[in-house]
Amino acid sequence: MQSISETQRSSPAIAALALAEREDDVFLTLTVAGQTCSIPVLLVRDVLGPQAITPIPLAPPEVAGGLNLRGRIVTAIDLRKRLGLPTADNAVKAMSVVVEQGGELYSLIVDQVGEVIPLPSAGICPNPPTLDALWRDVSLSVYREEDRLIVMLDVERLLNIG
Amino acid sequence: MDDLLADFLTETHEGLSAVDEALLRLERAPDDAPTLAEIFRQVHTIKGTCGFLGLTRLEKVAHSAETILGLYRDGSLKVTPQGITLIFAAVDAIRHIVLELEQHGQEPEGDDSAVIAALDATARGESVVPAPRPEVKAEAPVEAAPIAAPIATAAPTAPRAPEAPAEAQQAESAAAQQTIRVSVEVLEDLMTLVSELVLTRNQLMQLARVSSDSQISVPLQRLSHITSELQEGVMKTRMQPIGNAWAKLPRLVRDLANELGKKIDLEMRGAETELDRQVLELIKDPLTHMVRNSGDHGLEKPADRRAAAKPETGRILLNAYHQGGHIIIEIGDDGRGLPVDKIRAKVLAQGLATEAELAQMSEHDVLRFIFRPGFSTAQQITSVSGRGVGMDVVKTNIERIGGTIELRSKEGRGTTFTIKIPLTLAIVSALIVQAGGERFAIPQIGVVELVRVGDEHEGSTRIEMIKDAPVLRLRDRLLPLVSLSSLLRLRDAPVGDLKGYVVVMQVGANVFGIVVDRVFDTEEIVVKPVAPILRHITMFSGNTILGDGSVIMILDPNGVARGAGITAEGRAEDQQTVTATGGIRSDSSTSLLLFRAGDQTPKAVPLGLVARLEDIPVERIEMSGGTPVVQYRGQLMPMVPIAGHWEAPESGRQAVLVFTEGQRSMGLMVDEILDVVEEPLIIQPGSDRLGYLGSAVIAGRVTDVIDTVYWLSHAGGDWFRGDRKSSSSAQKPRLLLIDDSPFFRHLVVPALSAAGFDVTAVESPAEALRLRDAGVEFEALISDIEMPEMDGLSFARNVRASGAWMRLPLVALSSRAEPEDVSRGREAGFTDYVAKYDRDALLSSLHECLSSPIAA
Repeated sequence: MQSISETQRSSPAIAALALAEREDDVFLTLTVAGQTCSIPVLLVRDVLGPQAITPIPLAPPEVAGGLNLRGRIVTAIDLRKRLGLPTADNAVKAMSVVVEQGGELYSLIVDQVGEVIPLPSAGICPNPPTLDALWRDVSLSVYREEDRLIVMLDVERLLNIG
Repeated sequence: MDDLLADFLTETHEGLSAVDEALLRLERAPDDAPTLAEIFRQVHTIKGTCGFLGLTRLEKVAHSAETILGLYRDGSLKVTPQGITLIFAAVDAIRHIVLELEQHGQEPEGDDSAVIAALDATARGESVVPAPRPEVKAEAPVEAAPIAAPIATAAPTAPRAPEAPAEAQQAESAAAQQTIRVSVEVLEDLMTLVSELVLTRNQLMQLARVSSDSQISVPLQRLSHITSELQEGVMKTRMQPIGNAWAKLPRLVRDLANELGKKIDLEMRGAETELDRQVLELIKDPLTHMVRNSGDHGLEKPADRRAAAKPETGRILLNAYHQGGHIIIEIGDDGRGLPVDKIRAKVLAQGLATEAELAQMSEHDVLRFIFRPGFSTAQQITSVSGRGVGMDVVKTNIERIGGTIELRSKEGRGTTFTIKIPLTLAIVSALIVQAGGERFAIPQIGVVELVRVGDEHEGSTRIEMIKDAPVLRLRDRLLPLVSLSSLLRLRDAPVGDLKGYVVVMQVGANVFGIVVDRVFDTEEIVVKPVAPILRHITMFSGNTILGDGSVIMILDPNGVARGAGITAEGRAEDQQTVTATGGIRSDSSTSLLLFRAGDQTPKAVPLGLVARLEDIPVERIEMSGGTPVVQYRGQLMPMVPIAGHWEAPESGRQAVLVFTEGQRSMGLMVDEILDVVEEPLIIQPGSDRLGYLGSAVIAGRVTDVIDTVYWLSHAGGDWFRGDRKSSSSAQKPRLLLIDDSPFFRHLVVPALSAAGFDVTAVESPAEALRLRDAGVEFEALISDIEMPEMDGLSFARNVRASGAWMRLPLVALSSRAEPEDVSRGREAGFTDYVAKYDRDALLSSLHECLSSPIAA
């Protein structure tokens, strides 16, 4: 799994890695309902296009279902639902970002996957106290870019469901 | 050749090879004490076993060799090359005899006096040069200096017996290679790989069905065939005869019979029936428990049996056999049977059913109440020795491995339990169904039949409604139905318009139907656990990937039955649902033994801590050094009065709770045993009264929970210097306790929960690591040091090496707390080291660990 994910990190990613001072300063950006978010690139195992997802009855609403990733069962989390956002229109082609947590694979369903970029600590600000409580719980901090703000998500907390 | 001899031969072959190698090492380094000790031990083992099996010729040779080795070991004789050569000669003589033994089943005629004389002479310090040639049935002089020794190379060079040396050689290697030892881990890995292979094969087959490429179909068929055979082969390596789980029963029954003054015959049939070792491990304890119950509660005393016109000797029959993909185990006795009326009365008394409901129930349904937690009668417990009935635990354990348990009982004639369990847990056959647009897998084990319903054309079967409850007339019975789509709250589940198929399921004694829209076919599936965030959904036992590559959820028939409120034992079971991660949580129900001692306040102790309950005639209680003791199972058992003092009454009987650990027992004298209840144990730490953990409300009354540790320490200091310990963990802050001894788990969990921790206890580091890998979180870990398989030190290293627990405080709890033990513990990564079992030290250590920031 590790080797596969290595190959999936495209060359810009490698370039980004080279730019960053430390590997853990490198993030993958993704978009949900127009908001740019980021997760540490080291947690990412795969990026997938739209997938066939089997719904799981009685599961928490954030759990979209299970999917088969090369023989492993991955639990899919709908990031819009997790963040209390409205459900996407069907027109949006959802992407999945597969992360590993405690030996289990989870895929985060997002609207779009952006790029791999370094987010040096100089640009990182604490969460504004007015941030929605649900978001405050899963956001580590906010990164300032010139034209946008990036919410830096805490994957462990994102997956802390139920 | 009997099994004992076969085992001996295999073992001796291994032993001899080891001795050969070790002797060579010794020759190079005559002062190597560990090697010498190893040789001595091997030869000693061979000698010991020979004596046991009555192999006198072998024993004599081995004995002489052992004598010299003993002198070498003590240093009273110097190791010389001649001496080693002599021992080689003795080893060869042994090997020759063993070979003959293997071929003919008995020791060959012959005389080893030359070797023995030389050995003995050397032992006396005389020098014997040259080494004598052992007389081995007039042939095959074993070369006196086979320095190039290990069997394979020695054989071709040493001139062997004129008659068929090659054959002998072959025979030797055949026996040596009949069995090889493979670690269970390797087998488990193989099994996992095969499971994955089966899945991939299924996927390929599915693809081939769709595409019409005939070129691949032939090799694919072959691949499929080989995969099946491989699967079977690997499963076989994991199979063990069920007799292994029974081995201890005859002894147990014998002891039980002596103790209870009963005559009991234990008959075991089908001991060779094989099942998966994982399953075997899981049913061992329930089986033992049930046999004990049969002897204890089921069978009557000889006098009662005579009165009932039955033979004095009671019979317990264990029977195992294969049926379909399952193994059936029956445990029966010809005793008094279950007392239906008493059970009815108890059901009423406990408010489990009303009189009207009871009147409606068949006798069989009434009997099934014994599977409810805490359902036992005080009479049963006090009568002799039982630990309550505990059938609920048996049932839970069996259901956990996808099995079912049934019982038949006739008053005066006996009781028979029938257990049906799958042969293996890894790969199961499942029926694929569809409901509410989604597919689900139902394990075949519970499926009885399929009925097509609601099809007007056939006009046959139709679902009828009684208010909102769908039912089906199936032959002579009314089958309760569960709509899968409404149960799982799937979309478009119209009530009342039920049609499609009914999957008739049997879970224990309950038969019910699951209504589904469609039935596809059956498929071999590999059960994979669901993600931790989904474990709370009890309807599913796992998930898997089907041949077409899609993910599918596997229904848990027990969960479905409970969810639909079908099982008679349903509600009670929900209360004690085991947490998804397994282990014992301090807030889940515990079986508690209630008793009275000293004052009127009831006292409680977790039933799991109590080994037995005894009712001892006071005449048998003697005084030794001012302490009351009793002769118990060939040992002196100290008796501690919980009331503080004890004066021998003139006559009567004394109720005693017996605690055991390893070989030691102690008895706690109480006034009266009251009951066994199943309740969550929530201890209010209160008074600092010595000997009590605090109070809890149990069965509606304030009850003192006794601190077993305190009482045990009164029985003698060596209680906690046992060689094996356990650990536990809890939350609130959450702790994980790892200890292989159930006794200590039961001891530590209540003490820590009383101190405000949420404790989870597991019995092995492997289990703990599984929890870690499953993402379970704790604030601190407490681990025993001496445990089988993986000890506490390796566990600590493992935890520190990687994973989510890397930085957790890790407290060692060990009976060995010498400074060097402590420093070894710290090196391995333990944060603190506490002697077992010093409750105060453990608590203060935990508080310290949890309050200070943990070093990264």
